[in-house]
Amino acid sequence: MLTLTHFLTLGALLFSLSVTGIFLNRKNVIILLMCIELMLLAVNMNFVAFSRFLGNLDGQVFVFFILTVAAAEAAIGLAILVVLFRNRQTINVTELDDLKG
Amino acid sequence: MPIYEIVFYAFSLVMLAGAVMVITVRNPVYAALSLVLTFFSASAIWMLLEAEFLAIVLIVVYVGAVMVLFLFVVMMLDINVAPLKEGFIRYLPVGILVAVLMALELLALIWSKGRFEAGAYPLPAPHPEGYSNTKAIGEWLFTNYLLAFEVAGVILLVAIIAAVALTLRQRSGGHRQNPSLQVRVQRDERIRLVKMKPEPRQGS
Repeated sequence: MLTLTHFLTLGALLFSLSVTGIFLNRKNVIILLMCIELMLLAVNMNFVAFSRFLGNLDGQVFVFFILTVAAAEAAIGLAILVVLFRNRQTINVTELDDLKG
Repeated sequence: MPIYEIVFYAFSLVMLAGAVMVITVRNPVYAALSLVLTFFSASAIWMLLEAEFLAIVLIVVYVGAVMVLFLFVVMMLDINVAPLKEGFIRYLPVGILVAVLMALELLALIWSKGRFEAGAYPLPAPHPEGYSNTKAIGEWLFTNYLLAFEVAGVILLVAIIAAVALTLRQRSGGHRQNPSLQVRVQRDERIRLVKMKPEPRQGS
């Protein structure tokens, strides 16, 4: 018998994994962006699960908007990444210290 | 109905394994492909939760567009991976510690007192035959959430313009037409009339 607990546990584990990914890959901007996508997926999982168990469509509409904003964020993030690589020939976070006083 | 449990646990395991691979593999291309696997399994679990429209949208939009964009950028940039992975071992204990702590806190909240068990949240009956999740979401979206829907469209438009404006660059040395200058051209810039004496006829 699947309960809401199962799906919330899955979302919590996925969120913890993506936080670990941000700690482990703090040099690589591309993997950092992927970890953010994973976090959004974990949140969306909770929304969909609650929407099912409460019998309410609002959660799914919210997931729809989150997907929209995440797509826009990925597009702009990758565009910034391309410009960054074009100017600096690197995406290493530790070398991006131009604004340091 | 053990089939629900089997499907849930199978796809959950694949999904968590894919997430672990995303954060540990060395090559960003493999990380992007593992992310595709993760999204695919998540979409199967959403199918199980009867969110069919969002499951398809997750595959079409995420796997089809966003992940392809990621792969495109990863393969286009010539990245030296080795220096990006240094510090992986050093941060591993801290990362695992934070992850375990965070997971324990979240799970303690979820599991305590049977807060989200079947007693408090019983599984609703499956939808009747002929029920369309897409139609229901569409009706909900275009009545209660119409303004938010329009704003989402504007956000996508802004994202398109921002991405183009960021990455557009004028190459020097290229030959390109300037229609404005072409239209404003004057007669004197193209034709030069030369006064000269007529040549005497040959042989006279």
